[in-house]
Parts: sequence; C-alpha cells; structure tokens
Amino acid sequence: MPDEIPQTLTCRVNGELLMLPAGTTLADLLRERGWAGKRVAVERNGEIVPRSLYAQTAIAEGDAIEVVVAVGGG
Amino acid sequence: MTEPDDTDFLTLGARRFRSRLLVGTGKYRDFTQTRAAIEASGAEIVTVAIRRINLGQNPDEPNLLDYLPPERFTLLPNTAGCYTAEEAVRTLRLARELLDGHTLVKLEVLGDAETLYPNMPETLKAAERLVAEGFEVMVYCSDDPIQAQLLEEMGCVAIMPLASLIGSGMGILNPWNLRLILERIRVPVIVDAGVGTASDAAIAMELGCDGVLTNTAIAQARDPIRMARAMRLAVESGRGAYRAGRMPRKFYSADPSSPLTGVIGRPTP
Repeated sequence: MPDEIPQTLTCRVNGELLMLPAGTTLADLLRERGWAGKRVAVERNGEIVPRSLYAQTAIAEGDAIEVVVAVGGG
Repeated sequence: MTEPDDTDFLTLGARRFRSRLLVGTGKYRDFTQTRAAIEASGAEIVTVAIRRINLGQNPDEPNLLDYLPPERFTLLPNTAGCYTAEEAVRTLRLARELLDGHTLVKLEVLGDAETLYPNMPETLKAAERLVAEGFEVMVYCSDDPIQAQLLEEMGCVAIMPLASLIGSGMGILNPWNLRLILERIRVPVIVDAGVGTASDAAIAMELGCDGVLTNTAIAQARDPIRMARAMRLAVESGRGAYRAGRMPRKFYSADPSSPLTGVIGRPTP
C-alpha cells in the first residue's frame, strides 16, 4: 500500500542506531530507557532540548540524539 | 578570636568561596570514596565531566550527582576529552541544561591524547563563544602569559595554567612563567594540572596563585582521604605564607636568630 504510514523510524541515540515506533517523543524514549526523572540533558541534531519540551518533541527519522549525564572527572 | 583569614575569599564571577582548593571527581574507587575525599579536602567547587549515558545502563545504577548534591557543592562541569571548540561549546551547553542553568564552567580543549596539552587556538575560539553566551568561563591553558592575557581580555573569570601535564604529578615545572602570569592577570589564577603532592600545592599558593585544582594527586594517592586533608592544609598554609610575606632570600649573609653576645667563657667586650 503506497499510502501506508511508516510504523517505525530509525534514529541514532548516543551514536547507536535505534528503531523506534513512529511518533515516539523524547519523553517516551527517556521513560522506555528508565532515564525519566534522572539528571540527564538531551541534544537533538546539535541543539539542546529543554526538559520542558521532552513530551512535545517527536523524534524524526534520521535524528541524532545525545543523552548525557555528569560523571567523575577532573 | 577571629581567624585572620576570615575575610580572604576566592571570588569567581559573582560567587565567593572560602576554600581555595578545587577538586576533581575522577579515578576514585567508588562514589562513597569520592564523597569522603571531597569532604576531607574542604573543597566547595568540584569538577565533573559530561558523558553519554550508557544505553545498556541499569536504570538503578547510582549517579554521581546523588553523592554530590548541587545544593551543597558548586559543580564545575568540564570539557575534558574535547579536541575542538565546537565539541567543547556543545558539551557545556548540555552541562548548563543538565545543571539547571548553571553557568560556571571549566573549559579545556585538548591538543593531543599523549600530552593532553591545551590547543590554545581552539581554546580561545571556544572561550569567546562561551563568554558571549553568558557562561562564566574558567579556562585551562598553557602557562604562557600572552595566552593568559588574551583569555582575560575575552572575559574569562579565571585563568588556569597547567603546572605540568594533566595527571603527571610532576609539580610546578615553571614557577617563573606562573609569576609572569600572576603579575599581569587580575582575575583569579588557579593552577590546574600537574600537582602531585601537598608541597606542590603549597608552592603554587606561595607564588601567589589564587587556588589549586587537583584530582589525580588525591584520587591516586595510596590513601585518598588522608591526601585530601593534606592538600587542604597545604593550600591553607601556602596561602597564609603568601599573605604573610616571606622573608627575603639572602644567599651570602648568614644571620643567626640568637644573640651574638653573652656566649659563656668569653671576655666581656
């Protein structure tokens, strides 16, 4: 069916290729990974996504997402 | 009695600190030891690195920030591992988001993996952008007074020259360059990198540096907690000696501390 809506999307999270259900938001991704409510910060295609926008930011095909935490360092 | 140093603060941008020892949080056995060493060091400012969260990470794995509550410590996110201005700026934007708008940061842009020497052109480029974006930039740099001046003119809030290579523990290799920097720079000058033991920290402070940042010297000591305490005392001692003003060095005129007269068995003059 040519008009079929794609069921999945492919994106990169921290450099790793992931297949996610179409329509997944950043909030969904963080929840699914067990990172919701943790101290993380998210960048999407080189731009910071403020925490307040996770729920309304849909991940698009080909997005490059970085999720970071604070770790020990000097 | 009031401590004579009660009014002696380290001022960074809009913030004031009592402790002049800044410590890193890497290379410890675990977070409990990290926290204990930081407590023993008396440090108020602690550096953290920003890294990708591990995709396979157990969600219940402890987080460094659970052990270093930002209400208690001033966290200083760094750009360790960044080799370009672009990477460093992106990392600190993420750090600012991670730490709820926190703007005090440690910029370091490395030149190569072998020496971890700073890449100064990229460092200058990153500093300029970060200052323009409202960051308060503390900057790791070579011990070159001209580079230090350029960074100060750009608006960095602290200049942090290396004393020797990061993680080397080689101590203060070029005290004369540090002096040149101290003579010219008005914002705090903090020795970052190379401190190996307590005397190195004391020497940096006696030279007139405003603070010392160390990680490996504490974390890789046989007993990190004891070394953390030793570093605290060394920084306090060095600062005290600097403020007290040491006696001049007199190479050829020995001057005894005891009276020259009244030695027994001698005729009175």
